[in-house]
Order: sequence, then C-alpha cells, then structure tokens
Amino acid sequence: MPVISFENVSKVYPLPAGDVVALDGVDLAIEQGEFVLIMGPSGSGKSTLLNIMGSLDVPTSGEVTIAEKRIGGMDDDDLTLLRRDHIGFVFQQFNLIPLLSIVENVEYPLILKGRQNGTRERAEEVLKAVGIEKTHFTHKPGEISGGQQQRVAIARALVNDPDFLLCDEPTGNLDSKTGTAIMTLLDKMNREEGKTVVMVTHDPRMTEYADRTIRLVDGRVAE
Amino acid sequence: MTFFDLARRNVTRHWLRSSLAVIGIVIGVIAIASLGIMGNSIGLMFGDMVSDVGDTLIVSPATGVGGGKLTDRQVTDITRAVGSNVVIPFSSTGDRISVGDKESAAMIYAIPAGDIPALLDVESGSYPKETGAGCLIGSQLAANSRENGLKLGARVRVGGETLRVVGVLKERGMGFDINPDYAIIVPYSWYSSHYDEDDYDQVIVKVRDVNDIDAVKESIEQRMNRREDVVNVMDTRGILESVFAATESITVFLAGIGAISLLVAGVSILNVMLMSVTERIKEIGVLRSIGTRRGEVMRMFIYEALVLGLAGAAIGGVLSFCTGYLVTVVFAGNADYLFHPMSLLYIVFGMAFGVITSVASGLYPAWKAAQLNPIQALRHE
Repeated sequence: MPVISFENVSKVYPLPAGDVVALDGVDLAIEQGEFVLIMGPSGSGKSTLLNIMGSLDVPTSGEVTIAEKRIGGMDDDDLTLLRRDHIGFVFQQFNLIPLLSIVENVEYPLILKGRQNGTRERAEEVLKAVGIEKTHFTHKPGEISGGQQQRVAIARALVNDPDFLLCDEPTGNLDSKTGTAIMTLLDKMNREEGKTVVMVTHDPRMTEYADRTIRLVDGRVAE
Repeated sequence: MTFFDLARRNVTRHWLRSSLAVIGIVIGVIAIASLGIMGNSIGLMFGDMVSDVGDTLIVSPATGVGGGKLTDRQVTDITRAVGSNVVIPFSSTGDRISVGDKESAAMIYAIPAGDIPALLDVESGSYPKETGAGCLIGSQLAANSRENGLKLGARVRVGGETLRVVGVLKERGMGFDINPDYAIIVPYSWYSSHYDEDDYDQVIVKVRDVNDIDAVKESIEQRMNRREDVVNVMDTRGILESVFAATESITVFLAGIGAISLLVAGVSILNVMLMSVTERIKEIGVLRSIGTRRGEVMRMFIYEALVLGLAGAAIGGVLSFCTGYLVTVVFAGNADYLFHPMSLLYIVFGMAFGVITSVASGLYPAWKAAQLNPIQALRHE
C-alpha cells in the first residue's frame, strides 16, 4: 500500500478569464521508504501537487489517498488532523513560530495532539537527532542561523512520527554548504530511519539523493 | 505551554500596544464602577437622611378649610377611620427660648404626652407627663447648646413659662412627619394652655402592617372627604419610593456613561486584535499547515483578548476601589458607602463588563484568523 497515491487527479481553478487547469489527470504512487523528487518548471503544477499531497487542498476530480485515507469528502478539521498526525512539513523559509523557543517549536505538534507526559523529552530527543545542541534549546528561532533553523524545522516535522516528510525547496534559502548538510540529514533520515521523503525542488543536483524523480510539465507527469 | 500561554506571550510581544488597549479597559471599568458607586452613595445618603421606613401616613388639613387646623373632633374621626393603628396628633410652632440669661430660638412640637413614646425614643432621662411642665430636647439641639446649659435637668424658659428638660431624644434624622433633632418637644396640654390653642396642625398615623397602608389611606379619605376635601393624606412610602426610583435612575444613567467609555475601549481592542491577525497571517498559515485546527486558532486569539480583558479588569478593579473611596468621601462624605454590598457589586460588575467587552471585541478578529485559507496565508509575506 503506497503512502501517497493519486488516481487521475485533476485540479482546476475557475477564474473569470477562464478555467486554469493546474493538474490534468495525474497518476502517481509513492511507496513507503522512498526518496522522491518532484521537479518541473514554474507553472507546471508543482505547488498544487504539493498542496494536495499535504492535504492543504483537495482535488477537483480524481482520487487521492494519503496514509491509507481518502481525502475526498474530508472537511477542514479532518484534513487538519491528517496533516497533524501523518505529514511532516519542511518549508523553504523554515517557518518556525517566533514566539516559541526552539524546543517549544518542536514540542508544539505534540501538544496539538493533546496533553500528555514526556512531550518535552521527546522534543529534546528529536532535536538531538537532527544535530541541535542542548544550549540552543531555549533560544528563539531568530537567534540561530538559517541552517540550524531548518534543522529545527525538520525536527518539528519528525516529532509526531509522520508517514512522510513533505519538503518544499528545503535548501532554497541556504548557502550550498549548509544546504548540503541539510540534504545529508534528510538522506540520513531516509536511509537510517526509513522515512519517506517527498521533495519539491528546482535544483537538478538533488537527484543524487533521490530514488526517483517525478517531472511535471503542464500539469501532467512527464515520462 | 498551552494556547493560553501563546496568547499571553503575543500580548507581551507588543507591550506598548497591549498596554494602551488595557488602559482603555481600565478606564472603562473605573468609569462604570465609580459612577455606579456614586449613584449608589446618593441613594444611601437619602436613605440615611430619611428615618421613616414608609409605615407612616401624614394627615394634614386641606388648604383653606378651617383655618388650616384639625379640630379635636376631626382627630377623633380619623382615629375611628384607622381602626387599631396609632394616631398621633401634633402641633408645631417656633418660639424664643432662654436658658439662664442666654436666649435663642427653637422649633417646638406639641404632642399628647401619651403618644410621645410611640413616635420618639429617649436617649437619656424619661418621657414628660401630660400634666407636668417637662419637655424633651432633640439630640442635635442638645449637642449644639451644651455650653448654653441646655441639658438634661436644665430649666428652659419658653415664652413666659419655665419647663424642665426631663429627657434628651435619640437622633432621628430627617423625616417627612417631624424633625425633632433641633426641636423641643412639649406635652400637648401644656402647649394648649400656654398658647390657648385647641386644634392640631397635622396627624401622624403609624400603620402597623405596611401592606395595609393603601387601605388605611383610603379609609381616612372616605370618612373625612365625603363632600369636600377636608384633609390631605400623604403616604411616606410613596415619597420614599419616588426618591429611590429617582436615585436609581441616576445610578443607571451614571453607569451608562461608564459603559460608553468601555465600548470605546472595546473598539480599541478590536483594532489591536485585527492588527495582530493581519501581522500574523503567515504565522497562522504555518500553524494551520502543521495541524492546528480552526477552532484552536480561534481559541488562541480569543484568549489574547481575554488576557487583555483580565489585565484591564484586574487593574481597573483595584483602581475602582481607590476612586470609589474618593467618590464616597468627597461626594457623600462617608467612606462606609464604599463597603456597602451594592457599591462593591458595581466594582465586580465593572470588571465583569470589562472582560466581556474585551472577549466580545476579540470574537470577530479570532473568527477572521480561523477562516484564513492556509495555502494563501502561508504565501503571505
């Protein structure tokens, strides 16, 4: 059973000037433990695909199954819970919550799941695994470097033990050295922990980390 | 860390802005509480000044009939009309009085000696006898003329005759019937022979059961005013009621002014919260995308308004107590009014109103934040 599966998925944005077809009959399946890149020129439907995979959006037609759940007919709360419990988001701009300290940022998704003991310990454990030193735990996101922020963001994405990581240009805001370190970390999570990773990128160098690449052109998967 | 904690942190993140919004609430709470206390104190002041508890009817001659006096016969008729209730006829006049070689003037009430105990309480000494030449003096008169020698046991000359002060009255306060605090009370028979007068000015009827007051009033009017209006019957309860109704509407009016200032504070909270939502659109997008539900986002922002409201209410409550003290001391001259349950209730009311206004003002911004589309919010810069 694939982690993500799309069957003949289309997404149409109705605009006054005429409908825009962002996705046009996409079929794909991403299996457990894969490292998949999604590439394509701008306007090819990458963002739409990413939003649907992240259950931030629903398709106009077709069947999408994420973590063995069909998202057709889900309401906003169901989609939100799906994101919370099964998907780990990593953004280009890190998107940590500025009000919260490093460790609280990682703890936050655990708290969303309800009060439970050991959330702080779990957050610290994951932070250590992504290579953040203990002295940084109580800092605010603005006080650490971009590379470190992205590590924290990956820890936040991993803390609820999601079915897959969904990364949107995770190295786009980093210099190449830090970017390589982040890619090494994601690669490690994929190889050693068996985490499924789906990554949207423009950067052709990323193909060396990936098991396979899905190329999108004009809303279709190019073979 | 909870949603409440997050809200509290966001309030403190914009310290100045939050403080200004809180000041609005503080002013609103103080306005409601202190104006309410002021109105309540005015009511209490009236209540303290007026000693009657509303069980009294005052029968006075209708103007222009019988020279403005009530005859013995009419008093007897009234006594018959009221059944078992106490009827106290009296006359009053003013005269010069002298103690030793010191002269002054005083109000004089003449009441049948047997009726005095039903109407007035003696602080020290005893009640005068109908036939004797004894009199009572009011508490304020006694207090004011101590150095004149007008005290218990003193001899006071009224007109040409000498009376002995046999008793000093308890303080009674302002009444609708008689005001004995500054007066001398003499037995009616002494007054009658001294001033050559057989009629009475007014009749006080003490009604035993307050619920009977309308029936007794009716009964007197039926008996006395058969053909023409001979007497007027005044109902002190009615007067009291209208006085209290007036003070109550003053209180409501004053508290209403306070409520308007709180409304303005609510608008400023609304503004602060809308700013907070607009600034944090991206943050809301992140929170939503990593699994925060709409209801949770809404709660976060309502808590923020609640934090502002609670802070404003707490500070406002403490300051209301201070301004309430000032108001009661300056306007009513009696700080005890502040500790009256109704006054304290106005402070609680003001605080509750402050919190409710804040939360109500936060509802729309919170709803707006919860309705944001996560994809668009994430893209927001």
